[in-house]
Amino acid sequence: MTFFYLAPWIVIFPVAGLLINLIAGQRFNEKVIGIVASAASGLAFLVSVLLAYSLVGHPDAVRWTIGEWIHAGTLQIDWTFRVDTLSTTMMLVVSGVGTLIHIYAIGYMHEDVRIKSDPSRFSRFFIFLNLFIAAMLILVSGDSYLMLFVGWEGVGLCSFLLIGFWYELDTLGRPSWANSDAAKKAFVVNRIGDFGFLIAAFLIFWGFGSLQFDAVFDQVQTISAINSPLIVAITLFMLLGVAGKSAQIPLYVWLPDAMAGPTPVSALIHAATMVTAGVYLIARSAVLYSAAPAAQFIVAMVGALTALFAATIAVGQYDIKKVLAYSTISQLGFMVAGVGMGAFAAGLFHLVTHAFFKALLFLSAGSVILGMERGHHHLAQHSARDERKPKAVPSSAHGAHIDESLHSQAQEIFDPADMRNMGGLRKTMPITFWVYMVGTLALAGIFPFAGFWSKDEILAAAFSKGYTAVYWLLTIAAFFTAFYMGRQIWMVFFGEPHHEAAAKAEESPRVITVPLMILAALSILGGALNLPKALVGEGLAEKLSVWLEHTISIQPGEFIGSVALISTGLALLAILLSWTLYGRQPLKAGEPDPLKKLLGPVFTGMERKWFVDEGYKALFVDPFVNIARISADVIDGRFLHDWFHEKVLLGGYNFICNILLDRYADQRGIDAFFNSIAQWTKDASASLRRLQNGFVRSYALAVLIGVIAIFGYLLIK
Amino acid sequence: MVPVTYYVALSALLFTIGALGVLIRRNPLVIFMSIELMLNAANLAFVAFARLYQNLSGQIFVFFVMTVSAAEVAVGLALIVAIFRTKHSINIDEMNSLKG
Amino acid sequence: MTGDLLIFFILALAAVTTALGMLFSRSAVYSAIFLVLNFGTVAVFYILLNAPFIAMSQITVYAGAIMVLFVFVIMLLGTEQLPPSKALPWQRPLAFILAVVLGVEAVYLLFFRKVTSGLIPQPVESFGSPQEVGTVLFSQYLLPFEITSILLLIAMVGAIVLTKKEKGEQ
Repeated sequence: MTFFYLAPWIVIFPVAGLLINLIAGQRFNEKVIGIVASAASGLAFLVSVLLAYSLVGHPDAVRWTIGEWIHAGTLQIDWTFRVDTLSTTMMLVVSGVGTLIHIYAIGYMHEDVRIKSDPSRFSRFFIFLNLFIAAMLILVSGDSYLMLFVGWEGVGLCSFLLIGFWYELDTLGRPSWANSDAAKKAFVVNRIGDFGFLIAAFLIFWGFGSLQFDAVFDQVQTISAINSPLIVAITLFMLLGVAGKSAQIPLYVWLPDAMAGPTPVSALIHAATMVTAGVYLIARSAVLYSAAPAAQFIVAMVGALTALFAATIAVGQYDIKKVLAYSTISQLGFMVAGVGMGAFAAGLFHLVTHAFFKALLFLSAGSVILGMERGHHHLAQHSARDERKPKAVPSSAHGAHIDESLHSQAQEIFDPADMRNMGGLRKTMPITFWVYMVGTLALAGIFPFAGFWSKDEILAAAFSKGYTAVYWLLTIAAFFTAFYMGRQIWMVFFGEPHHEAAAKAEESPRVITVPLMILAALSILGGALNLPKALVGEGLAEKLSVWLEHTISIQPGEFIGSVALISTGLALLAILLSWTLYGRQPLKAGEPDPLKKLLGPVFTGMERKWFVDEGYKALFVDPFVNIARISADVIDGRFLHDWFHEKVLLGGYNFICNILLDRYADQRGIDAFFNSIAQWTKDASASLRRLQNGFVRSYALAVLIGVIAIFGYLLIK
Repeated sequence: MVPVTYYVALSALLFTIGALGVLIRRNPLVIFMSIELMLNAANLAFVAFARLYQNLSGQIFVFFVMTVSAAEVAVGLALIVAIFRTKHSINIDEMNSLKG
Repeated sequence: MTGDLLIFFILALAAVTTALGMLFSRSAVYSAIFLVLNFGTVAVFYILLNAPFIAMSQITVYAGAIMVLFVFVIMLLGTEQLPPSKALPWQRPLAFILAVVLGVEAVYLLFFRKVTSGLIPQPVESFGSPQEVGTVLFSQYLLPFEITSILLLIAMVGAIVLTKKEKGEQ
């Protein structure tokens, strides 16, 4: 029994959910809004499960068309859903993790809108989340590059909307341009990537005559024999798109700033789903990449370099979410390197496991932040209740119940996400602590958590395919990964609280902790998806590889024992090192980071993100702003408007009209001429009028003159 | 035998004197009299030519001219009297109300 | 110089003199008298020109009726001397010049262009007699004759209307 006819419903359910919340959202209470949105996402997950189930007995790709779109000459594109093993994998991840995050977001946003004092914005969040799910599912289920691009742009839009959800504030809740700037940065940088994608799509159409997947992939062999530079060009431009969407060098700079959005957004979009769109694109275009080995090498190197670069920056960050953001960039580098090398199964396996544990980590970080906020809130309330006289108490800049008089006292800004304020949270937030541990171990790649299997598969592929540089870069990056995650654990959950808010932190409600526990379970067990044959034998092994093989040609992953040992050893070494620096003697509040003493300027570089943002600003943003300012103020304002319009055009026009035409031509020329005629007539009449002087004698004289004249004329004749 | 030319010359002379009188004198009655003189001069020429051409039409014409001139004098003098009643002056220079 | 010519010149002189006298007399009455004399002279000319009826008409109508009318009106209006004119000082010299020009033109026409033949022939005795004039008048020129009578009627009516005092006007 197959359910392929349900394919359009993966998009229809989220769209229906967003429309219901859009039209009637203001009338529902928060529970109903959340349930509607989560149900929409959950139903999409259910449909994905049914589609995957249908593929089990029928593993070839099924294309389900729901309508015509563009039929223009040789370009024939329809709205076609492609149900094959690769797209269902992505669908399951997106809708599954998405539904868990929806449920989490009900609890998270309930507190967040009250912290930021705008409860009416609750429904808007879920509308945007459902829109994102719809767009992402279009992206992964599209049957042509153009339909993929529709979803690509859609998720870019949702990223903008959700990063800038609190568009008038910054992350600490103060009125600022910061959040809207971060959203703009994401959109603009993504646009550079989209440009690359579009050029690649144009080249594909130009070279292959179609944008539909099967039509393109079937022709790759013949085209690459005639014109292989075309394939290289296509794949490299596609790499630019991937660098934008999946935050690789040089277009990763938007992702850390995207942490300005609420934590569910960071988890869903910037960890589990949207950023994996680039990896999916490369995997989908596996045939193209396999035909361009030069491009494959470049992709792998880009991925590996990004992995290491981002990992070094993560070491120097103090914001709990920023560490995770750079960690995401680094792990995406792993995935991109994996699919770049041709190890598609390894890359996609890591994509799936990373979705589990990174979403888990982000959501737990959100739980930590909310706990800190709750502690801070209680702190302020207790101070207000205990001591009536004014006292220098750290008061937050926001909060619905804080007494206004206290507000005016010490305006100390409290950052709930700063790890230097935290400490000892394992005692006050135990569930959050344990799930965070699970996520950390998974990310660090410790046996037998999910991350170990997927990361090792990539490293093994690098080693066995001979990408030596990639292997070493990724291995060092793995070392740093374990180090900074360990640093984070010691700073946040162990030691003594560095701020009274941390001391008063409370555990999150069940609506938040239950999704966390589900994700933790997946992070532990997720490795089972693609266990290597060497360890567990034929029956249980390589489920994912076999599944994906129906769509892309997969070389089966190997398990190289030495690689696994080295990476696990390095990870444990890194955790030990981090304990030495941060765990053994917990930092007192206000003490500088011990790495600062050790590494000096190197640490400053790590902490300041190697000054890349400053570099971009100086190279691109400032010249652009200057050119814009010059164009607007100088060229348009002073030159065009003030000088050219006023003096040249208006002055010239005035000159022509008032002086030339009016004064000279009209007044002195035409008027004078006609006036002179009239004047002459007047003068003539004035002189002739003197004939009529009323005196009879002169009339008689005139008669006589006439008589004489006529008489003379007759005489002369 | 007087050549007709002499008569016509005399007529012209009398006519000229009459015209001069119309122009120079300011008493309307004298102006009128000068007009009569002019008419008379024309009559003289008519009669001379009637005799030259043995045609009585010239004399008949004089007859009619006389009649008309009589009527004209009647009306004209009535006009002068009427004007005198309003203006109380017989200086023709003072009758310049038709000045344009 | 034959007798006719002599008479002609004497009479001509008389006519011109009286005319000039009429022109240059100060008083209107003197002008009227001079004009009467002029009319008389002209009547003599008419007789010389074989127009006895016309001559008598001239005396009766012109000298008798018209000039009497003139004298009556002069009496009515007074004969005060008018002071020298202040307006149009240029008109008198110009009028003299133009009159001279007119005279010159007439002389030129008469004596240097042969427009008329010379001597007047002696007509039949009855030329210009009342019978002849009457015959022509009432046969050939009957219509103008009748119209002239109407004209005289109109002139009479006109003269009365013009000098009538309005009711209530003083």
